[in-house]
Amino acid sequence: MNNVLFDVPGPKSRIRHRLYAVIGIVVVLALIAFVVYSFYDSGQFTAQKWEWLQYAQVQSDLASAVVATLKAFALGAVFALIFGAVFAAGRLSDHGWIRGISTAIVEFFRAIPLLILMFLFYYGLPTLGFDTSPLFAVVLGLTLYNGSVLAEVFRAGVNSLPKGQAEAAYALGMRKTQVMFTVLLPQAIRAMLPTIISQLVVLLKDTALGFLVTYPELLYYARYIGSQGAFARPIVPSTIVAAAIYIVMCLLLTALATYLERRNRRSKKHIEPTDRKAEQIVLGNAAGGQAFGGGLGGSS
Amino acid sequence: MDVLLNNLDLFGPFFLTTIELFAIAAVGSLVFGTILAMLRVSPVPVFRAIGTTYVTIVRNTPLTLVFAFFVFAYPLLNIVKVSYFTAAVVSLTVYTSAFICEVVRSGINTVPVGQAEAGRALGLNFGQILGQVVLPQALRSVVPPMISTLIALLKNSTIAGGFSVSEAGAIRSYISERGDNQMVALLWVALGFIILVSVLSFVQRSLEKRWSVAR
Repeated sequence: MNNVLFDVPGPKSRIRHRLYAVIGIVVVLALIAFVVYSFYDSGQFTAQKWEWLQYAQVQSDLASAVVATLKAFALGAVFALIFGAVFAAGRLSDHGWIRGISTAIVEFFRAIPLLILMFLFYYGLPTLGFDTSPLFAVVLGLTLYNGSVLAEVFRAGVNSLPKGQAEAAYALGMRKTQVMFTVLLPQAIRAMLPTIISQLVVLLKDTALGFLVTYPELLYYARYIGSQGAFARPIVPSTIVAAAIYIVMCLLLTALATYLERRNRRSKKHIEPTDRKAEQIVLGNAAGGQAFGGGLGGSS
Repeated sequence: MDVLLNNLDLFGPFFLTTIELFAIAAVGSLVFGTILAMLRVSPVPVFRAIGTTYVTIVRNTPLTLVFAFFVFAYPLLNIVKVSYFTAAVVSLTVYTSAFICEVVRSGINTVPVGQAEAGRALGLNFGQILGQVVLPQALRSVVPPMISTLIALLKNSTIAGGFSVSEAGAIRSYISERGDNQMVALLWVALGFIILVSVLSFVQRSLEKRWSVAR
């Protein structure tokens, strides 16, 4: 990081910085040591608490919990991308009423906490006589919430394209739908790919909310194993394992985003967006982890 | 309407708890997030590494998992016993700080380098440049994404309802015990959040107007 808030340190400053560094390391190490000691002191590191990881049955159950998480993620991601593309097109429509409806739907689903959405589909719909399942509630919630955020991302992407792109397409005699789907959206998606993937990281993390509507995903299983008396209730170890798995999955997705961003920059097909402001809105929010109006993964 | 009126004793206090949770966690994460951002731009490489590690780990962990740790696992650790409410505040602060940090840092990047250079030319040290020149401008320029992050925090606070805190996210389970219609209750909760989010968006717009930096 080449931040220029400070000069290249001279000899005196270097000594001072080294001193600060030592103090910083000592403080952080002391904190970590304290936490590790507390784990150790309360017996979280005894072999008995970690034994469960050795059982073949537990391992395969853990694997299927990860698969359940990935299943909710994959379904949610595909539907959210479709939902986002459709409603982004709706918000960019020339017809006032389509714009109005799309805006209302997108704003509505972004203002409601994702957990409340999942509750609505899991506990609410049955009172109206619909049969639902936890997977259905989780996927529908993820789709509507993240789809709305993605719609805004796509819209900002389309707005950031040079106007000549649409004008040229119209000049060739294309229809509005053709212009949108064959010219504008593909470019917008390419330009917005890093932001889209960071939103998918949010979606992946949000699958953990499934735990609260009894969807048997990774966190649900970690909690279940952690409450087993037979394994001496290893809730601390199982939480640590679940956290490690989540972090690795999210980092892999983030790495994909970084890779695509780098490839994108090299590609000749990449068009530098002219509307820097639209880009800034999206990027500024990507820094916050989500798009305007408050994503951050609405939840987790 | 009946579901709301019959259960006003639930909706009132529970939404108040939500607002309380939001307010405390918001202040906590603004302070802690700004400190993290300062670490991430400091001249000492070790401090930068500490900040980056924290943000990377926390941003890739589901908030539900953070909650699960503080509510289920932490009490086993004989450190300090905390209430469910405190555990929820800590979880939300730990999580939101990482996002606030990134917002503040993107704000610091919008401040022209010349400002820091001018500060150095006047003989200010790093702390003075950051505290008196750069941060005040940075914080003003990031009002919209900052409030977006706080809106997310507000919505995230519903997760506390799943972990034994009596706030808006928990209204549903009480309603179902009382035998009222859960669907209707949830729609009222949703409306409550739409109102709260609109208030924050309004604050965002007025702050944006008042605080926009002329450059």
